Amino acid sequence: MGMMPSPYGTQLPYEEKDTKVVGTNPKERPDAVDKVTGRARYAADINLPGQLIGKVLRSPHAHANIKSIDTSAAEALDGVKAVVTSADFPDQPVLHASGGEIMINFRDVTRNMMAREKALYDGHPVAAVAATSESIAKAAMKLIKVDYEVLPHVIEVVAAMAEDAPLLNEEQFTRGIEPAPEKPSNIAARMVTKLGDAEAGFKAADLVIEREFDTKAAHQGYIEPHASIANYTEGGNAEVWTSTQGHYMNRAQTAKVLEMDMSKIKVMPAEIGGGFGGKNLIYLEPLAIRLSQKSQRPVKMAMTRDEVFRASGPTSGTNIKIKIGMTKDGRITAAEAELNYQAGCFPGSSLPLCTPTAFTRYDIENVQVIGHDVICNRPRVAAYRAPGAPMIAFGVETVIDELAEELKIDPIEIRLINAAREGTQTHFGPKLGPIGYVETLERARAHDHMKTKLGPNQGRGIATAFWNTLGMETSATINVNQDGSASLVYGTVDVAGGMRTVYAQMAAEELGIPFDKIRAQQSDTSSQGFNFPTVGSRGTAAGGMAVVKASRDAIARMCQVAARIWEVEEDEVVWEDGSARPASANVGDFEPLSLAEIAAKAGFMGGTIAGHAEINVTGGGPAFSTHLVDVEVDRETGLVKVLRYTIIQDAGKAIFPDYVKAQFHGAAVQGIGMALNEEYIYNDKGVMENPGFLDYRCPVASDVPNIETEIVEVPNPNHPYGVRGVGEVSIIPPLAVISNAIYDAVGVRMRDHPMSPSKVLKAMDEAAMKEAAE
Amino acid sequence: MGEAMYELRYEEPATLDAAIGLITAEAGDVRILSGGTDVLVQMHCDMIEPALLVNIKNIGEMRSIEKDRGGYRIGAAVTGMELVNHPDFGNDWPGILDGVRLIGSIQVKGRATVAGNLCNASPAADSVPPLMTAGAIAHVVGPNGARDIPVTAFTTGPGQTALEKGEIVVSFSLPERAPRSGDAYLRFTPRTEMDIAVVGVAINLTLDDGGTCTDALVALGAVAEKALMVDAAGAALVGTKLDDTAMQNLAAAASAACRPIDDKRGTKEYRIKVAGVLARRAAAIAATRAGA
Amino acid sequence: MKKTHVSTTVNGDDVDFLCEPTQTLLDVLRDELQMTGTKEGCATGDCGACSVTLDGTLVCSCLVLGLEAAGKKIETIEGMANGDELHPLQRKFIEHVALQCGICTPGLLVAARSLLEVNPDPTEDEVRLWLAGNLCRCTGYHNVVEAVMDAALEMRGA
Repeated sequence: MGMMPSPYGTQLPYEEKDTKVVGTNPKERPDAVDKVTGRARYAADINLPGQLIGKVLRSPHAHANIKSIDTSAAEALDGVKAVVTSADFPDQPVLHASGGEIMINFRDVTRNMMAREKALYDGHPVAAVAATSESIAKAAMKLIKVDYEVLPHVIEVVAAMAEDAPLLNEEQFTRGIEPAPEKPSNIAARMVTKLGDAEAGFKAADLVIEREFDTKAAHQGYIEPHASIANYTEGGNAEVWTSTQGHYMNRAQTAKVLEMDMSKIKVMPAEIGGGFGGKNLIYLEPLAIRLSQKSQRPVKMAMTRDEVFRASGPTSGTNIKIKIGMTKDGRITAAEAELNYQAGCFPGSSLPLCTPTAFTRYDIENVQVIGHDVICNRPRVAAYRAPGAPMIAFGVETVIDELAEELKIDPIEIRLINAAREGTQTHFGPKLGPIGYVETLERARAHDHMKTKLGPNQGRGIATAFWNTLGMETSATINVNQDGSASLVYGTVDVAGGMRTVYAQMAAEELGIPFDKIRAQQSDTSSQGFNFPTVGSRGTAAGGMAVVKASRDAIARMCQVAARIWEVEEDEVVWEDGSARPASANVGDFEPLSLAEIAAKAGFMGGTIAGHAEINVTGGGPAFSTHLVDVEVDRETGLVKVLRYTIIQDAGKAIFPDYVKAQFHGAAVQGIGMALNEEYIYNDKGVMENPGFLDYRCPVASDVPNIETEIVEVPNPNHPYGVRGVGEVSIIPPLAVISNAIYDAVGVRMRDHPMSPSKVLKAMDEAAMKEAAE
Repeated sequence: MGEAMYELRYEEPATLDAAIGLITAEAGDVRILSGGTDVLVQMHCDMIEPALLVNIKNIGEMRSIEKDRGGYRIGAAVTGMELVNHPDFGNDWPGILDGVRLIGSIQVKGRATVAGNLCNASPAADSVPPLMTAGAIAHVVGPNGARDIPVTAFTTGPGQTALEKGEIVVSFSLPERAPRSGDAYLRFTPRTEMDIAVVGVAINLTLDDGGTCTDALVALGAVAEKALMVDAAGAALVGTKLDDTAMQNLAAAASAACRPIDDKRGTKEYRIKVAGVLARRAAAIAATRAGA
Repeated sequence: MKKTHVSTTVNGDDVDFLCEPTQTLLDVLRDELQMTGTKEGCATGDCGACSVTLDGTLVCSCLVLGLEAAGKKIETIEGMANGDELHPLQRKFIEHVALQCGICTPGLLVAARSLLEVNPDPTEDEVRLWLAGNLCRCTGYHNVVEAVMDAALEMRGA
């Protein structure tokens, strides 16, 4: 639905050429100085005169009927200017739409923003207040009386799938089962993807390995909590500054739940302090707008860190079964995956997006992937950097390693034997175009890392990953100024800080003017039409496509002006090195006209120069990565130390190579955190026990080594600069690569995540006891 | 305003007497603001709503580190970083510094005080086990005068201490160091920094000229409702040269003394096991520091 | 709550503000003085995004009360550059791509400057341990460490 490639999509072919700006590391980054001086304005840094502080009252119960809410005492408190509950927001019918990298249903969207009949997780919003100070808002919340009828709850995915599990929604019957079931279920949907005949494929195998894995939910851990500030004026218009990865989608969702026209809401994406997929859904924006509407004052709201963990969108916890069959020569004959993903309290986990990644590194004729989207009493999941894929890779890449060991084939060799290449049929539909998977494997094999000698209790692992690059609706506008500088307006939110640089690089390359003559700036929702949020690694690829198209559009306009000046035909003018030139000597003896000269005359010659692109980008380039890790395991405590980590990844073409490497680093360290220590811990009341950075253990600087990186460049033929998205791929291998390395070090296979010290120690002890018994 | 409005009174007394007077006069909940790295967090998380916060950092005798009869007297408001940066303290009591260094980040240590760490009485507090094995004594002043409480008797349960109403820790003392003695504190955490101890072990031992252990004290943190002195563990080392058997006995005694809980930071079984492992490792470090 | 008038010094300038007793120095910097360069990541001292120096000591401003700032010298990220001349750490962070989203960057810079004041020639391990109190999710710390080492080199005049 939301993310199918459009038959009217735009892609521009790759041009092999020498570049002046693209492929370099610019010394000046447009966002950097403001960030290092503290000037950059994130949503919580914005203040409006007369603003109120808004705070959210949240359910302390994992599952409860809400019998009544009495806000009268809160409303009577001095300094409280507005209180809202679900009564202030219209109910929404069942209506599905795209929500970034996952599907949403507006019936659920409004309930996630504010509970209606039921509180469905610890932290679920039930009311919100706006007051003249934070301390008054906090006091007001204590005065709101909510009558809860506590219900039995369910937290983990396997428990939620059980026949007798407490049900969150009595009206939910599993979709994708024929005939439709009569009993409601927490399993919202069953999805099946097939290629060939898996059963026959397994029969043809000499060795079949089947394993089960369990992973816990993790959080993106962005350091900036969600924050929004809204100003609703009596004229019925709202302006909102907010921390978001997609201001247009944010506006669309907000407008729907408030039943306002989109044109009456202006969303300005503030500088964002990390999103990684977690800032695509609406949380505070409609609350802030409604509170502002009721109080006639701006309302500023920010989540505390506790609220971010309990009530934004972590990943799915999963239960995964992987089965792979192989001939004794190492050829995969069949592969199956059963992916049980908990979506939190509303359906819509990332299964549709990560299912394609399951086996798409390998050329396999027979594949079956079954996915179950399951609800349970937890916050509704959002995307997290290659959402759902690290968990599948945890399964697949470790089973491949087991097969390799049994068949006595080197783990890199076994992947090369089965490697996906150009022309390989994927299990999710398309055939692959030119890709760089084999290159990453070969470079890994030849890498210096492989030559490091390993000591006692040290081991090495290898794992690989695939992720695609989304396109979707993307806009860019280039306004050429009379002085020869250009203002570039881009619609794709710059989530990592580097996108506005690479856009300026591509525009500079196209226009032939110096990089520092282009100023790239974020649009707000009134300056362009709909842009898809920055997800699916589409920032540089899709945003760049629009920038290139807009640049070429501006060039066409400038050539038109030159043609008018010279009184020749438009097709007799070409653009080269930043100037319009006659296409040949036959056209006439005209001096080149620079961008500045044309811009100065353009107004009189027909109108100011602006180049536009409002396109749906297709042709996203599949991206592959191979990771190597050396670990040391403390046999007495189970502590796993990462000694050396290497990433080799196909970026298609690196527009800003140092930034690409920086993206590899960040993704891998998030993956290492997820692999070793990050997990959601719940008590028996369904309340999250570790909603803070103390006990939700993200890696600190001393936990990880330097990350070595190599960029492979197999250009994406469908992008003018060959770009493939880079941001997500490298979070996928860490769980698997560390598990493989632990096995190499101490001979135990970890299938329960995270691979925290107590789990590793337990696994080693159990293996030792088993060995002693044999 | 309604009765829901919370009011906090904040005071910065300049003398000890003034502080005690403020504390005893207040009927509601009183908290001492030393470093604030526990109290402010607890207030932010709505775990406590004190009526009165008394900032003791302006009281002169609380801020100093003094050599005192061969030992040290450390004021209650001395910060972790001040102790870490002291030119001599780490030479005499590296094990206490091991613990202090692990209280938190550089930022946290810039404010956190050892006295605060002690008085917060988390069973996992990092400074407490090495203070216990060092024989530290807390000097306490209250409305009924001054008294001394050995650190081994100071914490009585999670968040609970032996202090009576109105009493404040003013300083704590460490005795003179015996020659050929050394201490060490190790803790287990999943990350290298920033975690609360899953298990903590402190060992303070003395060797004779021949390398035989003549005295050993062992304390465990995070494995019971308070930090524990484990006499049997220390006894396992006395009279030995810390050979393998002695170390195994030490580890067994340490594990046997644990009465931990399962919580989000670790399971019972894990803590019991790792207590033994860390005891051996801490003993080895302490012995090296003692000049083994 | 009743507010108290506080006088203090921030980045060399005398400033005054009113604050409630429960407001932290972080709240005061951001909400009363509108100095939003210091960021709130957790408000419990676990992430370091709010790092400032207080009388020369590196602290989390979320763990200091506004009232405690009276008469002290506070240094924030806004005071790090010398006019429009960036501090070597700021320049090196840019050069080495040691920042992406930038939300943790002010805290990291203040912490790094504090490190180089006490240890102008740190090893990589010493840098990592000192910065353990500053969480970053974007960079994986690799470029941050390189930038600090490179800035230290330049500042030593080497």
